[in-house]
Amino acid sequence: MQWEILVVMVLYVALNIGIGIWSAKLNAEAKGGFLEEYFIGGRGMGGFVLAMTLTTTYISAGSFIAGPGIAYSQGLGWVLLAMSQLPVGYLVLGVLGKRFAIVARKINAVTVIDFLKARYENKFVVLISTLGIVFFFVVAIAVQFIGAARLFESMTGYSYVNALFLFSGLVVFYVTIGGFRSVVFTDTLQGIVMFAGTLILLVGVFAYGGGVKPVMDRLAAVNQDMITPFGLKNFISIPWIASFWILVGFGVIGLPQVAVRGMGYKDAKSMHRAIIIGTVFTGFLMLGMHLIGAVGKAIDPAIKVGDMVVPELTKKTLNPWLAGLFLTAPLAAIMSTVSSQLLVLSSTIIKDIYVNYINPHPDEAFIRKFGHVITAITGLFVLWLAYVPPKELVWLNLFALAGMESVFLWPTLLGLYWKRANDYGALASIVVGSATYIYCHNFWPRPFGTHTIILPLAAALIAFIAVSASTRPPSRETIRRFWG
Amino acid sequence: MEMEEKFREDPRYKQANKEALLAIGLFFLNFLWWFAWAYGLGSGSPADYAWFMGFPAWFFWSVIGGFIVFSFLTWVMVTYFYKDMPLGAQTDYNWRPK
Repeated sequence: MQWEILVVMVLYVALNIGIGIWSAKLNAEAKGGFLEEYFIGGRGMGGFVLAMTLTTTYISAGSFIAGPGIAYSQGLGWVLLAMSQLPVGYLVLGVLGKRFAIVARKINAVTVIDFLKARYENKFVVLISTLGIVFFFVVAIAVQFIGAARLFESMTGYSYVNALFLFSGLVVFYVTIGGFRSVVFTDTLQGIVMFAGTLILLVGVFAYGGGVKPVMDRLAAVNQDMITPFGLKNFISIPWIASFWILVGFGVIGLPQVAVRGMGYKDAKSMHRAIIIGTVFTGFLMLGMHLIGAVGKAIDPAIKVGDMVVPELTKKTLNPWLAGLFLTAPLAAIMSTVSSQLLVLSSTIIKDIYVNYINPHPDEAFIRKFGHVITAITGLFVLWLAYVPPKELVWLNLFALAGMESVFLWPTLLGLYWKRANDYGALASIVVGSATYIYCHNFWPRPFGTHTIILPLAAALIAFIAVSASTRPPSRETIRRFWG
Repeated sequence: MEMEEKFREDPRYKQANKEALLAIGLFFLNFLWWFAWAYGLGSGSPADYAWFMGFPAWFFWSVIGGFIVFSFLTWVMVTYFYKDMPLGAQTDYNWRPK
């Protein structure tokens, strides 16, 4: 399998490099200022690209490796859980919708923090959001870099360090030179690869297993729990799984790397197309990959480590060429997620910190150089962290998703739709949300049987509404600017 | 703490709000479908399960059926209920959904 994979990888890497270079050319030729072109691609995304970048940014190794790994142990119930992500395709664009796109243009926002700053006019809201992004994204990106390197190492035997510098280095390269356009166009390539990969392995696994019913029968013979919605010994309790609809369904709206895409598309038609494509795409990937994992024991009951399930099933059921082709899919999932996060991280440093507070009117030529340099340095710093990972990294990463949702969800959504939402409400919701989450994580992981995120989000919402309603409203000018 | 005097709101917002509510409505319907089939058909003993196309029936209707039905409903929602509108910063106070 070694050289087949090598050939596919070389081709794949070359394509990504090519897209990066082409994007850099488009940026250079574009009419708009550096910030608008580098961080939001001149707001020019069409429907297919929008769908791909939105969904692939969100879908990462979790859905290609970790999720199927758990499904391997729990069975069909885990596929049921994964389907709580089907709504991401229509909910993010539907709820943020044209309001977010229009408002972003009214206030010239290129980042979510731009939006929060203009809406709330409060230094602390901006400071906390900025720190949140810098901290959590550095952690999240480093963990994904590690995941990609380990995956490549486990599937091909090439060294971790080589894999790390190859794939993570590649991402840092094309994000740096091409900015947002590079990210969304490579995301589109990754999306196609992810779709094809899922299809190939899904067909491969069931073909190897002799068809759906034989596979199901063998699975039931291993353990009857695995064909129920409940997993092993009711691990997947109803309140717990239902809460995933909030955590990975609704809550995703709050993630800044996802929400920012709601600012960058060309027109209403693109948005409409993207909603449909995104829904089908997300649903297929979630269903496909987790089903592959769930029936894994009917194919190979001896896999010991969750993260090895997908690689092992690939090796067992696909010929070397198809295996090589499939391998690009989880790597693509990681790269597409990481590229978006890296760009958001860089935009936070450059726009939200530097331009906002240090140098509000930078000279175009300077900011162009500075932007590229900072993006490169940031990427390389995170790469270095992945090279010598501090042991707290994975543990910290657990907080990244919930942390981001606790900080950004209500301030973004309520700020967009509720005139009375004010900065004190936003701050209250951030503090209450984060504090409640830390408490629940340590002392009450399944409040009333639900997932840890539910209580914090509910508490944050109540805090937001209560505090906003009882403190002074936002300024007249701001409301007119956003609603007029 | 009264709100300031009324000003003319961007006429696109009414339609945009409607679209957001529709998406949320679809989300609830999606959840209900997913829940009802999964636990309606999947709660008994696996030995007594109904089967469809090789899958346990609860799984087929909740997961696969849900995927197909809600992809379709998403298409319906966007094609028939979402409207084209300009997204520019300048507000056209005379805009109406067509």
